[in-house]
Amino acid sequence: MKTLSASTPLTLDVQGVRAEYPILGTKVHGKPLVYLDSAASAQKPRVVIDSERRVYEQMYANVHRGVHDLSMRASDAYEAARGKVARFIGAPSVKEVVFVRGTTEAINLVAQTYGRVNVKPGDEILITALEHHANIVPWQMLCEEKGAKLLVAPINDAGEVEMDRFEELLSSRTKIAAFAHVSNALGTVLDAERMTALVRERAKNAVVLVDGAQGVPHMKVDVTSIGCDFYCFSAHKMYGPSGMGALWGRKTLLDAMPPWQGGGDMILTVTFEKTTYAETPFKFEAGTPNIAGTIAFGASVDYLTGLGLDAVAAAEHELLVYGTDALSSIPGVRLIGTAARKASVLSFVVEGVHPHDAGSILDYEGVAVRTGHHCAQPVMDRFNVPATIRASLGVYNTREDIDALVRGIRKVQEIFA
Amino acid sequence: MSSDLRDLYQDVILDHGKRPRNARVVEDATFIQPAYNPLCGDKGTLYLSMDPTGRKIIDAAYVGQGCSISTASASIMTDFVRGKTREEALETFGLFHDMITAPPDEATHRAVADLGKLSVFSGVAEFPARVKCATLAWHALKAALTEGPAPAPVSTE
Repeated sequence: MKTLSASTPLTLDVQGVRAEYPILGTKVHGKPLVYLDSAASAQKPRVVIDSERRVYEQMYANVHRGVHDLSMRASDAYEAARGKVARFIGAPSVKEVVFVRGTTEAINLVAQTYGRVNVKPGDEILITALEHHANIVPWQMLCEEKGAKLLVAPINDAGEVEMDRFEELLSSRTKIAAFAHVSNALGTVLDAERMTALVRERAKNAVVLVDGAQGVPHMKVDVTSIGCDFYCFSAHKMYGPSGMGALWGRKTLLDAMPPWQGGGDMILTVTFEKTTYAETPFKFEAGTPNIAGTIAFGASVDYLTGLGLDAVAAAEHELLVYGTDALSSIPGVRLIGTAARKASVLSFVVEGVHPHDAGSILDYEGVAVRTGHHCAQPVMDRFNVPATIRASLGVYNTREDIDALVRGIRKVQEIFA
Repeated sequence: MSSDLRDLYQDVILDHGKRPRNARVVEDATFIQPAYNPLCGDKGTLYLSMDPTGRKIIDAAYVGQGCSISTASASIMTDFVRGKTREEALETFGLFHDMITAPPDEATHRAVADLGKLSVFSGVAEFPARVKCATLAWHALKAALTEGPAPAPVSTE
């Protein structure tokens, strides 16, 4: 492992990066693994794996409880991870970071606490047509419970949010506006700053939640410059452990929100008559958390910061352009999602071939892609396809990976000719 | 092409996947059973017409959308079960399921021998992720024959 310098690298040494991922040495069906499914979950570098192991070997005990040395060490490392995550997204205060299981849990937390208190019958919640199910269903459940209405801003044929429609749908009735930073199914990068500004302008009573699951792995995120109220993301998509994530929220909002789950660690005092709750963020973290996972989450933040988000974004963009050109040049291949601003994702269909058949054949060539609706069925309906094949890029991908994908697609076409 | 892939995508399967037989709506069928695989979005409707005693299948059809494996499986199944009794059809599903899920041993070989044209799906055993594709129509058949017309779609999940 190279020592990380204080200055951010300008370019990505992809071969050096690849050497840090033990799993890239495995074979699939006798062929070298070509991993093009990072949007579903990214692989883990040695530093993250080692971090989690080191917790169990050197500092494991429960956090925020014991006076003994191990518990102090674990608590310190756990809280240090919170600081890393806060700095990673430009959070004004470390107390604004709530550890959760992932983006899905973060969104549900906001829906079930902020939403339940603030959304009333007749109110509106505005999302967009490219959302992941995790940013649709929690709001549907809330609307059903409260008699509120879910509005959906449409997307155009390129997979971009129609901004004039988004603007029109905002009003004083809007209580929550929730949208993705990057679409998982299409790769569209949304203009979160502008959308947040529109909400401030036209919907003074609304808070803005950004689903950043596909944002943080691919670009530098600063919640202050976005101007949103909540930002949610998962560790596993940014080379960290699965089952971990973070909710960032403005402290004033988090302070005013009721706790979510009750239990240990989220209380100040408990008597059978009354319980007082711990302060933000602890009141949202009931029970023993994923201690080692949280600390390894911090390691993944260090890892990405060390690579440099600008270098990552530049390398991935170059590869995305290469992949877009390569796929576009294959007759019978149609890209789904051709937004002007995209990150990481190449979603496509092959004429006359169901995506699942293509997926099995590609898998046999060692190429791991996702096939299906990508937990975004409304997006599939919008483009009138039952499913797509999705190749998604991470820091370890190369032009050779794209070339292998292209060869695989040609094989698919041969078999289904 | 590697032999496993060739086993999965046999010409018969590719043919039935492209041009499914019995892909028609039977409005007066005895059983009209929806089928749905939420994992991949494959969905369809199975139509089964029974003889007056209700014991024998006299017509079977399936209309749906899906991958070549699920389309071909429905196509070949609807051919296969026509003229079979309720019990024969269900027993066939058992053998078919064994064939595509079990490791290749003696029992599976016997199943393959008994299954005639259905044996083209034996290659699915090497692709566990595709078992649900190959059994979607069969699950609909089983639901129709054992539970009668169900209001909710049968699901492979």
